[in-house]
Amino acid sequence: MAVLERLWRSLAAGTRPAGGVLPPTRKSQTRDLGIRTPPLPARVTLLLEDGRDQPWREVQPIVKPGQYVRAGERVARAVGHLALPVHASISGHVSALFMHDEADAGGQHRPAVVIDADGASQHHWLPPLDWQGAAPGEIIQRIADAGIAGMGGGGFPAHLKVRAARQAGIDTLVVNAAECEPYLSADDQTLRQHTDRVLLGAAMVAHATGASSIVIGIEDDKPEAASAVRARLGELPCPARLEVIPTRYPSGGERQLIERLLGRRLASDQLPVDAGVLCHNPGTLAAIHDAVALGKPMIERTLTLAGRALARPGNITARLGTAIEHLLQDAGLDRARLSRVIEGGPMMGQAIGSLDQPITQTTNGLIAADAAELPTPPPARPCIRCGDCQPACPAGLAPQQLWWHAQAGEDHKAEANGLFDCIECGACDYVCPSHLPLANGFGEAKQRLRTARAESDRADQARHRFEARQAREQREAAEREARRQARRQAATQRGQQRNASSAKDSSADAKGTASVVDVRGLRIAQAAAKAAARKAEKALERAAQQQQSADVLADLETQLDTARQHLDAADARLKAARQEETRP
Amino acid sequence: MSHLHRHTSADSARRGHDSATLMRRVTLACLPGLITQSWFFGLGVVTNVITAAACCVLIEAMMLVARRRPVSPTIADGSALLTGVLLGAALPAGTSLWLILIGSLAAVAVAKHLYGGLGQNLFNPAMVGYALLLVSFPTQMSLWPAPSGLFGPDAVEPSTWLARWLGQHPPAALDAMSGATPLDAYRHRPADASLAELVAPAALEAWRNVAVAWLAGGLYLLYRRLIDWRLPLSMLASMALLAWLFDQLSASGGVGFHLLGGAAMFGAFFIVTDPVSAASGRRARLAYGAGIGALTMIIRAYGGYPDAVAFAVLLMNLAAPLLDQLVPDRPSNARATRRHNDDG
Repeated sequence: MAVLERLWRSLAAGTRPAGGVLPPTRKSQTRDLGIRTPPLPARVTLLLEDGRDQPWREVQPIVKPGQYVRAGERVARAVGHLALPVHASISGHVSALFMHDEADAGGQHRPAVVIDADGASQHHWLPPLDWQGAAPGEIIQRIADAGIAGMGGGGFPAHLKVRAARQAGIDTLVVNAAECEPYLSADDQTLRQHTDRVLLGAAMVAHATGASSIVIGIEDDKPEAASAVRARLGELPCPARLEVIPTRYPSGGERQLIERLLGRRLASDQLPVDAGVLCHNPGTLAAIHDAVALGKPMIERTLTLAGRALARPGNITARLGTAIEHLLQDAGLDRARLSRVIEGGPMMGQAIGSLDQPITQTTNGLIAADAAELPTPPPARPCIRCGDCQPACPAGLAPQQLWWHAQAGEDHKAEANGLFDCIECGACDYVCPSHLPLANGFGEAKQRLRTARAESDRADQARHRFEARQAREQREAAEREARRQARRQAATQRGQQRNASSAKDSSADAKGTASVVDVRGLRIAQAAAKAAARKAEKALERAAQQQQSADVLADLETQLDTARQHLDAADARLKAARQEETRP
Repeated sequence: MSHLHRHTSADSARRGHDSATLMRRVTLACLPGLITQSWFFGLGVVTNVITAAACCVLIEAMMLVARRRPVSPTIADGSALLTGVLLGAALPAGTSLWLILIGSLAAVAVAKHLYGGLGQNLFNPAMVGYALLLVSFPTQMSLWPAPSGLFGPDAVEPSTWLARWLGQHPPAALDAMSGATPLDAYRHRPADASLAELVAPAALEAWRNVAVAWLAGGLYLLYRRLIDWRLPLSMLASMALLAWLFDQLSASGGVGFHLLGGAAMFGAFFIVTDPVSAASGRRARLAYGAGIGALTMIIRAYGGYPDAVAFAVLLMNLAAPLLDQLVPDRPSNARATRRHNDDG
């Protein structure tokens, strides 16, 4: 029986298939063409929001229209706790503080800093920092000041990741050079042309976080980049290892790569730092190097221009805020061939509506595709539960199950089946024989759940504020009562002094017994209130350490306030009862 | 959302298939089985398949019109055609038009469209049609003709097939045509008789060849990865195990007889593998297939019907959603890591 059971296990559950798919990589269009620098644009548009309503990403412009700015000068400051400062990417005059966006937001104005170039290429950088002598905090502050976001796709502020890694105490820095998206070769080129910048950036981050080793993960279709890195590994100040992994989409998913390289599997609610790992891509590390060693803020990035509608595809280093059209024109865009433009890779990227849009820090590629290379899929058919998506999923999920739940409006069931483990890589879309937009559907389901959670959080916060007010009123009432009690006692004492009669002894006795019980109850209540207040204090402290959002902190403060009011009220009542008790 | 798709990208290493191609290929994979079946059992198989396919497609079109859904793209997905072919293959050769029409109605109108159309059906449509006919018209459904061949001296006249197709049963022809299938013989075996005496060698031979032909089509499906290997494998394995066990208890034909003597191969590769009505998890699919194999053998050995693939499939269709819950594939990421952390 045991043999059967073992057979059953190895057949059925045993080793989880690695997941992933093998789409055509199509990197040969660009991978050996070096990195160009296109002519500077006449105007850049630095978007101050990404179209989603996210107060935690809010930035405020600190320049006025007409003002002259040099490249690298700060034009907007971070307000939200996940926001980054914005720097002018060219020198020139600020011409507007909004962008007229016709395609996306229905003709609305989006906040932006628009700079008309003066062609003078003036720049203003921060002072260089001697990173080996600098404290970790200084390096982290510099990364923050330079406004560097992760350039792999998520766009999460780099300094927050580094700071969290520092606080959690990590052992390994992973350089995510897998670049598994088809078409894209910007990281490949960055590693080949700027090996030093990337590796020095990695050394700086390792220094800032206290990581004791560096692991560089790279797919085996980039042998030149791998050998360039291997040749310089010895120069790193800490033990470093290069790991060449098989080409398989999406091996560059952060969680997938960490599991692949280090054998550490992350739970869905865990971040890499919880497993002692920090992950950055080569572009981000190069930018960190520039910010620290040269004082250069985030004003440009390397990206891939590909697609068969371009006469001169390749990798370019472009100033942030350059209009997509400017870059594509420079690469020889053939409008007659163009079917659509995709920002990012073909697996996870988004088709864009208007070429007027500027590139941002997270634009890792632009694909100007003709109709044959990325054909529009035929209309979706019903799911026939063929199960092809299951082995494709890198997170080991059952996409078709999630799809059924999400379609049925049962997002919570999808959540129970691991919806939040989904990295929206689109591997399931790639294999689905019914052309279902699975990954999009999962993204929407997650968004619905997050919105619902935010709403319930808001309701909780409102309730907490209400409770705080009630507690305050109770405390005030209790204190009034205590004062009244004190006055009454003083009056009684004066009365007793006046006529030393003990005629009311019996009634005073009865009252005394009652108040003893009363005092004991009140003492317990006071101790409980004290414990609650201490607990609330600790929760707030912990949240502050974890750098929770301002909203969360404010809510915890309200709860702490409530607890303190309750404690004060309990104190006042106890005091009053004690006075009552001591009354002869 | 991915802008690349396996079935549309021209330079993909292994081009995938979209659902219409999948249906078309499964239908093509029926050909060896259908041809062999016709070779042994005559024109009646051909009339069955053509009639059932036509009825199913027609009923699908009518249901789509009634449900105000686009007709041509859905017909083009080929799923109704496949249902018809499978139903036609399952019926005794030369089933009458009227029975086929009733079976197709049950399959496409009731089992498929009343449940919401492709992808939504709980039961395998072809098996619903077959099972309905089997319980409603037991006499007609047990009239499997003897394997007298498509051509040759014993072959049944086309005019007789036509008469049967129209639902007329000339008594003389009936006698000439009917023959016990190996499973009929097994069902009605006297307690002490061995199977070899009961079943005509010609019938055994014919059924064995048909089963091998269906197996060949099934292997093609496996080779093209159009079906999940877990489903046929687990069904055939559990059938083989039980057949061996029953044979040990009381001589009952043995493993080969049960795997090749009835609809086991046809069912394992063409019915059980219908993904819509099967369980969807990897482990759940193993349990699902094993359940069908076991139920088939139990009904064959102890039940009231000679063959039981259809009933076994329908019963396990019912259990499929539950199996997905009971035997999930693996602990989720979250649980796996937590346990690891607790240990350390």
